[in-house]
Parts: sequence; structure tokens; C-alpha cells
Amino acid sequence: MKIARVAGTVVSPISHPFYDGQRLLLCDLVDPDGTPNGYLIAVDVVNAGVGERVLICDEGTSARQIYGISTGPVRSVIVGIIDEID
Amino acid sequence: MHLGRVIGTVVATTRSPGLDGIKLLVVQPLDKHQHDSGKPVVAADAVAMAGPGELVYFVASREAAEAMPERWVPVDHAIVGLVDHVTLADGDR
Repeated sequence: MKIARVAGTVVSPISHPFYDGQRLLLCDLVDPDGTPNGYLIAVDVVNAGVGERVLICDEGTSARQIYGISTGPVRSVIVGIIDEID
Repeated sequence: MHLGRVIGTVVATTRSPGLDGIKLLVVQPLDKHQHDSGKPVVAADAVAMAGPGELVYFVASREAAEAMPERWVPVDHAIVGLVDHVTLADGDR
């Protein structure tokens, strides 16, 4: 999984049926020490807010498992909100 | 998924089975501020509504093939949504 900070929201009126009604967040990927490392657009299943530090599962089969489906064009899912990293 | 801008279309009349009827578009990957980032790729249009100039988001690798109506198609990038707007925190755009 990857560590990221939610930077903003993506509004998409037209999408693949899988993404209908899904909340898309643009997330800045960060290393554990806080160094920026690119970005990802991920679907949110934990109701994360902008500015929060989150955990992103960035692997397709795991992502599809979260949704209980065997097929679907999904890979990046926000699966946790990070309280702290020691 | 990443943001991209459709910058062209690809016409290929001879295709591998499974690619029939699929629209192929040239997509320039973008950073979060919508500036060009990396080399353009050819992506299949899984929403069948994207066109040149459009801001989109796309998936790569296995997930791209999963976006197509038929399974196990030779597709490695697919557009899965059109973007109306991106709102970044702190007015960061």
C-alpha cells in the first residue's frame, strides 16, 4: 500500500459504469518521510477528506476484492485514513 | 489512475481480434496541475465519448483490458472517464 495526502476532488460526469457514483480523489503520493512522489486518482471507500493522510491500495486484484467483483477496471482505492506514523 | 488530455486519434484498419470497434486515442499524461507529464500513449476509449481536447482519466495495464466490453483484449491503456473539473485544496490548480 502507498501513503498519500488527499489533494482534491475529481468530478466526472461521464465514466465507465464501474465508476458511476464513485467518489474520486486526487492524492499526492508521499514517502514515509513526507517526500512527494507523484500523484494518483483513487476511489474512496472510507470517506476521506481533502488534506487527510490516507492509505492507498494500488493493486487491481485487491481492489476488485474490496468491491466483491471479479472484473472491473479498478486499481487504486483509498482503504484507510492514517492517524499517525511512528 | 492519472489525468490525461486527448491529443489525437489513431486509425488502424488491421487489428488484432478483440480490438474491433474500439476507438483508439492518443493521450498525453498530465500532472495534477494539468501540465504535460511524460510521453503520450495510445489508449482505448472505454466510455466511447472522449474526443480530441478532452480532459480524461485513464487506467493502465490489466485494468485497462478490464475496462473493455470483451475480456482479455490486447489493451494496455484505457480511458475510463471524462473529467468535468478538478478541485485542488488551497486553490491549488
